[in-house]
Amino acid sequence: MASGSREENASKQKESDQAANDSGVAPCIVVAKQNNALQISALNDAAARLGLEAGLPLANARAICPDIEVFDADEAADTQVLNHIADWCDRFTPLVALDGPQGLFLDITGCAHLFGGEALMLATLCGALQRRGFVVAAAIAGTPVCARALTRCSPGRIVAAGGEAEAVTPLPVFALGAADAITRGLRRAGLKTIGDVASRSRPEIAARFGAEFTNLLEQALGVEDAPISPRKPLPDYIVEKRFAEPVTTDTVISTVLAGLARTLVTAMERQGKGARQLHASFFRTDGAVRTIAVETGQPVTRAAVIDRLLRERLDAIADPLDPGFGFDLIRLAASRSEIVVQQQRDLDASVHDNDEVAALIDRIAARIGGNRVLVHLPQDTHLPERAVLAVPALHHFVLSAHADWPRRTEGEPPLRPLKLFERPEQIQVIAQVPDGPPARFVWRRAAHAVVRAEGPERIAMEWWRAQGEMLTRDYFRVEDEAGLRFWVYRDGLYDREIVQEEDRIVQPNWFMHGLFA
Amino acid sequence: MTGARMSTLATLRGSIARIEADAGIGAPDRVTLGHGLADATLHGGLALGAMHEVFAEGRQSATATGFVAGLARRVAARRPLLWVRQDFAAIESGALSMSGWSELGLDPRQVVSVHAPDVDAALRIAADALACDALGAVVMEIWGEARQFDLVASRKLTLTARASGVTALLLRPAAVPQPSTAETRWIVRAAHSPPDTALSNKVWQTWGAPVLDAQLVRNRHGPTGQWIMEWNCDECLFREATAHPQPVAAATADRSHQAPAVGWQRRAS
Repeated sequence: MASGSREENASKQKESDQAANDSGVAPCIVVAKQNNALQISALNDAAARLGLEAGLPLANARAICPDIEVFDADEAADTQVLNHIADWCDRFTPLVALDGPQGLFLDITGCAHLFGGEALMLATLCGALQRRGFVVAAAIAGTPVCARALTRCSPGRIVAAGGEAEAVTPLPVFALGAADAITRGLRRAGLKTIGDVASRSRPEIAARFGAEFTNLLEQALGVEDAPISPRKPLPDYIVEKRFAEPVTTDTVISTVLAGLARTLVTAMERQGKGARQLHASFFRTDGAVRTIAVETGQPVTRAAVIDRLLRERLDAIADPLDPGFGFDLIRLAASRSEIVVQQQRDLDASVHDNDEVAALIDRIAARIGGNRVLVHLPQDTHLPERAVLAVPALHHFVLSAHADWPRRTEGEPPLRPLKLFERPEQIQVIAQVPDGPPARFVWRRAAHAVVRAEGPERIAMEWWRAQGEMLTRDYFRVEDEAGLRFWVYRDGLYDREIVQEEDRIVQPNWFMHGLFA
Repeated sequence: MTGARMSTLATLRGSIARIEADAGIGAPDRVTLGHGLADATLHGGLALGAMHEVFAEGRQSATATGFVAGLARRVAARRPLLWVRQDFAAIESGALSMSGWSELGLDPRQVVSVHAPDVDAALRIAADALACDALGAVVMEIWGEARQFDLVASRKLTLTARASGVTALLLRPAAVPQPSTAETRWIVRAAHSPPDTALSNKVWQTWGAPVLDAQLVRNRHGPTGQWIMEWNCDECLFREATAHPQPVAAATADRSHQAPAVGWQRRAS
């Protein structure tokens, strides 16, 4: 273990029927359209024994074996299956990466001893997947490329640190997983095995096949190492509980979650941290994995709070947690954590109050989603619909509490409506003079006669934002005969922005934008 | 006969009073609205740590929102306020605008708005929030009829509010009053601005602060009434409308029997 990293590569092929090794299985192939022709993209062992191979046109395959079973390729479904398997592999290590359409990399550095050593871990992983009907090939080696080469040509091997070069030397060059053109070029040059290629000098290979291939070769030989790029970022803290007997009841699950929360908090406390984002994963015995996420506005340091947030989230999710035949692993991870600033509690109660409100916001956000709990920030613009920005309270609660709002003029009646429509609604208006206030208007099929009107308040659009044609608005505050107060505007300045045409009169558009109290 | 009946009534009243007054809690704290007659009728103002309902017709929803905003300001003072509303309400009557909020003399920094997907979620959130005594008030805006908001739900909210001392304000535009455990129930409509005598031109009259016709149709511990109120944006309290010429709004013809248009004790200017 020279580089301290052990990679395991497991290539899986979803099988079309049952286990391929059975002699009674009919040959079947999966075809996909490539270069305007249907070609074999995958096949089972029975088909391979007939002399078929990937890349062969379907017509040729039918000529070789007329009663062959043919399936259409479904790449989306393949990717989905591979992602489910990757989710399931999260139980072995948090670092799981996808490798092309059929492979997975698992960085098992420091994880193997939890499963009784590398050999036992490999057996467990392959056994579990085979039981679900997948054909699996896996190998363990010091670098990802070496593990991939072994998986393709001699699966099941575990290469000790330093033995990579020796292990890959006899393997054919296609095992490296380089581009087809390179593999073909190597074969034509007479370099059949990786050992042949390795025996040539590096500048020679780099000149012919490029620096990228040289790197690949070095990695396969274990001389260099490159990290894998995992699907999910590595959480800051992980605690988990495994069960010999799968658990199904809510009581047990919530007890376990509460226990995990306590362990997590103890681990974080040692480093003075609090959790900002939590993920609870439930691994079902049949391989399905369900993850729920909870976010908080302030770092959480109390187990009871974590427990309560998770319960709120579990209560509220639309499709409840389905234990099926039970969960055999429950994991709690703090995906994001922050250093907690300890605050001195003084006699001023407002600090404490704000903490309580922040905790309440966290709970509500866990229940219905963070973007549904909002605080408001003033914006420096005259446009009424942009004057206030509603932002998630989770992240901006403190900021909004100290925001600087424009002061209202003393003694003036309200100049802005209490209720604002997101999209102004068009109204039909009769005005006495073209640029005067409306005398009557029809809104939502109801006619209103204007008793009082104030205005216009002219608001010009922001010309520095290029957003099509924007007309100047003249806003009027009007009151109807029932005492209801409205905020209406005429779009466009009469005779300047609204140009009259020769043969017909263009009427300005009026809109209802808000309602006053 | 009469004496016996009176004593039975007195006994019943006594036992109801004992049931209603929880042990250890005397008369609840009250906060004045600012409107003299209304405060007198309410025995000194709006009770804190209780539930108050405000009903309005659909088209009067902005007026009712203004009234609830005023009540919330009175009861919450400088403490934070949680405004829970359904998604649907914003389409129907517009979203609460914080520019308008600050124009009413209220502080937008104290407001946390919650957009609940449905009534059930809104009720749960409101119940959860009422238990948090750092809040000044919780407003729940439910548009139209809500089957989920029955007597049980309303009792739950009342008990939570009483325990924590946080006031619950229920804004119900386009809804018909149903039996509930609310301390007070109001029906609000818009009223005309007072006429401006300086200007004779009829259309170009200026208007003043929000004026509304508030009708107290239910009061658990006192009489009901109806008043024309004006929200004073500078002092943040309700006032008697200045020189209101209009008679108190006439009763609408199609009012349901639960909501009599005029209370038995009619006190109007």
